[in-house]
Amino acid sequence: MAPCQSTFDFRLYDFKTQNMKLTLKIWRQKDAKATGKIVEYPIDGIEPDMSFLEMLDILNDELIVKGEDTVAFDHDCREGICGMCSLYINGEAHGPDRLVTTCQLHMRKFKDGDTIFIEPFRAKAFPVIKDLVVDRGAFDRIQQSGGFVSVNTSGNTIDANTIPIPKHDADRAFDAATCIGCGACVASCKNSSAMLFVAAKVSQFALLPQGKVEATDRVLNMVSQMDAEGFGNCTNTGACEVECPKGISLENIARMNREYLSASLKG
Amino acid sequence: MAKSALLKSSIAKKVAMALSGLFLILFLAQHFFINSTSVFSPDTFNSISHFMGNNPLVQFVIQPILIVGVVFHFVMGIVLEIKNNSARPISYAKNNGAANSTWASRNMIITGLVVLAFIVLHFYDFWVPEMVYKYVEVNPLDENRYFAELTHKFVSPVRTAIYCVSFVLLSLHLWHGFNSSFQSVGFNNKYSKSLHTLGYAFAIVVPFGFIFIALFHYFNH
Repeated sequence: MAPCQSTFDFRLYDFKTQNMKLTLKIWRQKDAKATGKIVEYPIDGIEPDMSFLEMLDILNDELIVKGEDTVAFDHDCREGICGMCSLYINGEAHGPDRLVTTCQLHMRKFKDGDTIFIEPFRAKAFPVIKDLVVDRGAFDRIQQSGGFVSVNTSGNTIDANTIPIPKHDADRAFDAATCIGCGACVASCKNSSAMLFVAAKVSQFALLPQGKVEATDRVLNMVSQMDAEGFGNCTNTGACEVECPKGISLENIARMNREYLSASLKG
Repeated sequence: MAKSALLKSSIAKKVAMALSGLFLILFLAQHFFINSTSVFSPDTFNSISHFMGNNPLVQFVIQPILIVGVVFHFVMGIVLEIKNNSARPISYAKNNGAANSTWASRNMIITGLVVLAFIVLHFYDFWVPEMVYKYVEVNPLDENRYFAELTHKFVSPVRTAIYCVSFVLLSLHLWHGFNSSFQSVGFNNKYSKSLHTLGYAFAIVVPFGFIFIALFHYFNH
């Protein structure tokens, strides 16, 4: 067997480290009851290929060495599928990039010398727990109020794939189901409305035959819980759709409005 | 679902806001049509105005519905704005709204309040004198007074300027409001793109048409 030969010409690429020096302005808040404030942190040695969360990891390493309290922020999978990371970066949920979560955001989106504001997702329904960590339990309670289908599990469960579903509907239901419930829609909306999240969860079932059985109760209960949590009203600015890391469409909100009106009439 | 719960729900408020807005858009379209006749034919303008001002259906059914629609739209708009503001008690230190939405969509309350102030002035200019003329002083019917009353208001450069600025703000309000209304009532399908074009065209043609009418009478009085 011939030895593996690479055709990649390393001389074409500049592998010199491009260190970035940045000024971070981060919201620090000791606990839910404390009054928070923006604290400035200069940071050096950041490489463009680092992820945003790696940059925060480096900051926290430095804070530990100095004996200071680290910056608390949410994260889990770090590959854009769990919906755990958040952060309002330079005035946008998940930062300036499109269709990515904060964990998929890279420092190459910023320039050497930049000042970066890092704040928690802001909404009355998302109270700050500490620093950049907010309680998104409101989404869980909305989901629990109707974001499910009841399935017989007594041993004779029928495979969902045995029910024919038009591809168009299946695709749209799947698109809605890609919502990871991160809360970027609420954070981006000037009214802190959760309509895009709730609409995605309503749509993903409303489009499928399995979801039709409980469709009336689902939309009424989920909207009722959404209102009870203290989210604002949607005014169709479209900010949520632009900032959503999964590209959930406003079409879902229109569908939820139709579902809600129709369910209200059925009562 | 209890009726009270439906009335309190966020979606019901959205729909009510949208329907009242669409009703006002229809009113605006007919008002623009009537006013535009004043540019081409004072006689036509006089006869349509006389019909609108003396037809019992228009005066005692449609006009009260219109006034209720206007009052409902702005009261509900202010109520929703207060509720929406309370949904975010602490604002962002840095917020880049322009990155994801239009200025018009984020500032409906500002454009709306300017339009409301304009409506008050417009009532003071035309509706109140009309009511006094017909129902307080009980003057004899004069089918030819409307064109003169209209042009008389556009002698003042200040008033003409106020009208023109208000129409620009109305244009911005419609730029978002027209299409937003359809989204709120659940209309989002393959025809939406065409509807959006129609909405943007309406938001430009009607307010700037009103500006043209105001300037036409200002320069031709």
